[in-house]
Amino acid sequence: MAKKKFVVAAFDDEAVLFPAVKKVRMSGYKIHEVYTPFAVHGLDYALGLRETSIHTAGFIYGITGTCTALGGISFILAYDWPLNFGGKPAFALPAWIPIIFELTVLFSAVGMVLTFCYLCQLAPFVKKHHFNARSSDDLFVMVIECTAKTNVEDLKAFVTSSGAIEVNVQEAETEWWLGTYDKDQRLIKDSHVEVA
Amino acid sequence: MHLKYESQLREPLVDGIKDYHQVTEDIVRPIEVKPSKLWYICFFISVAFLMFGVYSVYREVVYGIGQWNVNKTVGWGWDITNFVWWVGIGHAGTLISAILLLFRQGWRTGVNRAAEAMTIFAVMCAGQFPIFHMGRVWMAFFIFPYPNTRGPLWPNFNSPLLWDVFAISTYFTVSLLFWYSGLLPDFGTVRDRAKTKLRKKLYGILSFGWIGSTKHWQRHESLSLVLAGLATPLVLSVHTIVSMDFATSVIPGWHTTIFPPYFVAGAIFSGFAMTQTLLVVIRKVYGLEEYITMGHIEAMNKVIVLTGSIVGCAYLTELFMAWYSQNKYEGYAFWYSRANLFSPYGWAYWAMMSCNVLSPQIFWFRKMRRNLMVTFFMSVIVNVGMWFERFVIIVTSLYRDYLPSSWTVYYHPTIWEVGFYLGTFGLFFTCFFLFSKYFPVIAIAEIKYILKTTNEGFKAKVGGLEAQPVEEFAHDYAH
Repeated sequence: MAKKKFVVAAFDDEAVLFPAVKKVRMSGYKIHEVYTPFAVHGLDYALGLRETSIHTAGFIYGITGTCTALGGISFILAYDWPLNFGGKPAFALPAWIPIIFELTVLFSAVGMVLTFCYLCQLAPFVKKHHFNARSSDDLFVMVIECTAKTNVEDLKAFVTSSGAIEVNVQEAETEWWLGTYDKDQRLIKDSHVEVA
Repeated sequence: MHLKYESQLREPLVDGIKDYHQVTEDIVRPIEVKPSKLWYICFFISVAFLMFGVYSVYREVVYGIGQWNVNKTVGWGWDITNFVWWVGIGHAGTLISAILLLFRQGWRTGVNRAAEAMTIFAVMCAGQFPIFHMGRVWMAFFIFPYPNTRGPLWPNFNSPLLWDVFAISTYFTVSLLFWYSGLLPDFGTVRDRAKTKLRKKLYGILSFGWIGSTKHWQRHESLSLVLAGLATPLVLSVHTIVSMDFATSVIPGWHTTIFPPYFVAGAIFSGFAMTQTLLVVIRKVYGLEEYITMGHIEAMNKVIVLTGSIVGCAYLTELFMAWYSQNKYEGYAFWYSRANLFSPYGWAYWAMMSCNVLSPQIFWFRKMRRNLMVTFFMSVIVNVGMWFERFVIIVTSLYRDYLPSSWTVYYHPTIWEVGFYLGTFGLFFTCFFLFSKYFPVIAIAEIKYILKTTNEGFKAKVGGLEAQPVEEFAHDYAH
């Protein structure tokens, strides 16, 4: 697979990172990704990422669970093998609510976690290219994609002036781990997206 | 430079001057050094208990339920008592991680990981009891609705016992997923620090290849929030359903509508007590006093006094209703079998009353809430009391049936019933010791997230940046 070149800039404070993200994007560079040790709220927005729709998936899984439970129990108790409990109706919905609820939660939770793992390509034995090992400790690592036209030295100087404490250039294979989500991120120059 | 502001008056959730790296160091170091002698001793004691439990269960499986003293009248004895007790303990973790997440309680971050682990292990212990109570455990799979050659003969979906099967297994699965998805980033941190090849490999597998990209974090946050939203009603539903095992019957002493809220409050009560027991020890042994602060201990003690009082209120309501209904069977169950100190099991009722209702009232005093010895002692007392609560509910309602001819002799457990219970303690602590040795016991990423708003050192460092006018700040970063 094709190798891509990245400028990797590490910041030690998210307070410096935010303005840097804004500056880099305003100058028309494409930020491949920012790796952070914890969830920095608002960073997804600053990067121009779209909202995740994983909760919609969760809703769909939940509804599937509800239907499975309701359909399954009513088939079993009202159609396949109706039992006579003191002449009470075979379709005893109130008594089924607990299991319907439990299956709704179960389907939704399991489905969402599997979807999460699939979207983020997380699984046991998966190993991804790690641009900076300290990004899981105390550094916020901004990875900027270089094109043929990019002047790497200029870019390095530019991110250093934006507050990066460490800058280096790395090459990485464009494997599946690069993901497809970066298509969502639009360059500020190309569109009418505004930062605020 | 943060969207979440905390009042300066609030007690910091992380003591001491910390930066992000220091947080990683403090939490990961205990799992990177060799286990101490004390750890090995405690671990092997737990394993010994577990082995005794395995042997007790082996006897039950091979020779049958007759190994226990349960009989036709007291059909549910120690086994179901222990089941309800463990399930109750298993309620604190998901309550802390889910409900307190929705309520935006910052203090949950210090304690949620250990509490969730405790939940999972407690539910594992709880599950053993109904499974082996079935007697012919090799037919346990009959409880699942699957097309079979017996008709097909289905389980009864109208039965609370089947609701229990679904509730407990769902609760276990969802708690496990919630816990593990929170662990992924922290395993990533441990992996990236690992010095040896084996640790790198092992934590690499456990971390699922997490590298902390912004998009992943965004999904992770969304996932946690929705899982919390799902787990919140789930926590409440599980013990509600357990209470319905009793409440939907027509046994005097069980047949009460107050059971669901009363059981849920009791579950939170005992779960928080168990969390305290473990955290007071862990924070000391691993030197995590700066993360599990006195503020955390105090907050949990407040929950204990609240839920303990709710439980006490429920006990008194039951006594009142037994009198007010003027039903003689109800009156017998509550006023003779339980509240009368001189009835055969009166001592158990009053042990429960003094442990669960009277003694937690000590936590109305701030000094007591912030006293570690008192906290530890009380946390054990509460769980003793909560065990007696389940014992009282089960045995005092059963041992004198409607007909005096079916009254049982005094029920007491055999050594194998006790052994089974001790075995689950062994299982619980074996798992917990392994967890505390190999897993980060505090959610590292979550602590880092709250560090800025709650830690003195950071407040000083970013003070200048926070002087930025609000409008400009909002313009730049707000959603």
